[in-house]
Amino acid sequence: MNVLNFMQSFFSDGSHWHGYDGIPQRVWEHLQYSAAALVIAAAIGLPIGLVTGHTGRGGNALAFVSAGARALPTFGLLVLMFVWLGLGILPVMIPLVVLAIPPVLITTYEAIRSVDPSPVDAARGMGMAEGKILLQVEVPAALPLILSGLRSAAIQIVSTATIAAYVSLGGVGRYIVDGLYQRDYEKVVGGAALIAVLALLVLVLFWAVGRVAVSPGVRRRRAA
Amino acid sequence: MNGFFDIPSDLQHSYLGLISWHMQEALIPVLFGLVLALPIGLLCVRLNWLYPPVLWATTVLYAIPSLAFFVVLIDYTGLSRLTVMIPLCLYTLVILVPSVVDGVRSVPEETNSAAAAMGIGYVRRYLQVQLPIAVPAIMAGLRVATASSISLVSVGALIGNQGALGNLLTTAMLYHRPLLAVNSVVTTAALAVLVDALLVVLRRVLTPWQPPSHGTSARRTSTVADASPLPESVS
Repeated sequence: MNVLNFMQSFFSDGSHWHGYDGIPQRVWEHLQYSAAALVIAAAIGLPIGLVTGHTGRGGNALAFVSAGARALPTFGLLVLMFVWLGLGILPVMIPLVVLAIPPVLITTYEAIRSVDPSPVDAARGMGMAEGKILLQVEVPAALPLILSGLRSAAIQIVSTATIAAYVSLGGVGRYIVDGLYQRDYEKVVGGAALIAVLALLVLVLFWAVGRVAVSPGVRRRRAA
Repeated sequence: MNGFFDIPSDLQHSYLGLISWHMQEALIPVLFGLVLALPIGLLCVRLNWLYPPVLWATTVLYAIPSLAFFVVLIDYTGLSRLTVMIPLCLYTLVILVPSVVDGVRSVPEETNSAAAAMGIGYVRRYLQVQLPIAVPAIMAGLRVATASSISLVSVGALIGNQGALGNLLTTAMLYHRPLLAVNSVVTTAALAVLVDALLVVLRRVLTPWQPPSHGTSARRTSTVADASPLPESVS
């Protein structure tokens, strides 16, 4: 098959494996952008999602905001930021963070809302402080869902960070954008394969985090 | 507003023309995605072991950046709208298949048994009993899929002006007219919001038995699928 041939010749070419334009360097850049965007999105989305989920207030506002954020075209936002702010990391980070906030925010909110109310009431009855209830009762029970929100955000970021190359930054997108202009499909297919592998690694990573972080009791209940 | 609606003539479309082109490129794939997701979802509900591999396959497809997908497809479909629409259609599956499966699985067992006892066959039961009950979940998925589809069409601008409103972005860079980029983003976002609102209305029409909005009592039990932020709930 055509695509597989491209892939094979891309990955077997030794010159693709080292130097400024080498695969390790590009993957490393890609991971840096993606991780930064995910951390920022989580830093914004998680606290808001947790607090609104706990109090149950502001759910509609939250749905409204994230629907709005979802409606913004990521690529359009990138070009717009680039036209306004010029070259740099900021015009890339803003669209990626905007892309990642809705899944984190809404999933966290819904995860906290869907926690069984009886242990929460029990904890409150035992005189636990609200902050402690949130962190020690609700978050552990909601963790699998919260992680799934972070996971879908991470996959979207990894896949979308390719467009950073369009505004002259690095990352695996370099291969795709350069390949497009050079009519070098080998590069494009190779870059796409790298992204797909990275996305699979994200899936595996979150699966592993889930195994470690989710309390066995919660896991068993969900499996049942 | 000077220049806001002045579309450069090399786009060969008026503002409204771009909008209708954009909607075609965004919505036809979603429609096809739904047509594909319904039988796939049915199979996944019927054959439990099929669901995880289907999820992984759609997730991997979803992870392939749209730009790479477009470029690879140029070899087969040329610089046509089809090149943009095929990937968008495949992307919708990662959202729609889980929505269909979750929706159908949420049908109470009593309902299924009652339908079976009335002698309703499997396919008819799927179409006439399970799918209507699954409408809220499917609609939630459809909303996410539509929004992302409308947003992704713009990337088509990078492969020979196939991005409809996204083409405004490349011309904005070419002629140094930032207003065109603003126009593109604002119009695309407005379209996404508008279509989303239409889908909400459509859901209410299709599920007249449901209360128009979530009452406070339903709050705790509201399913995550209803907010449906997760394209792939593999959990």
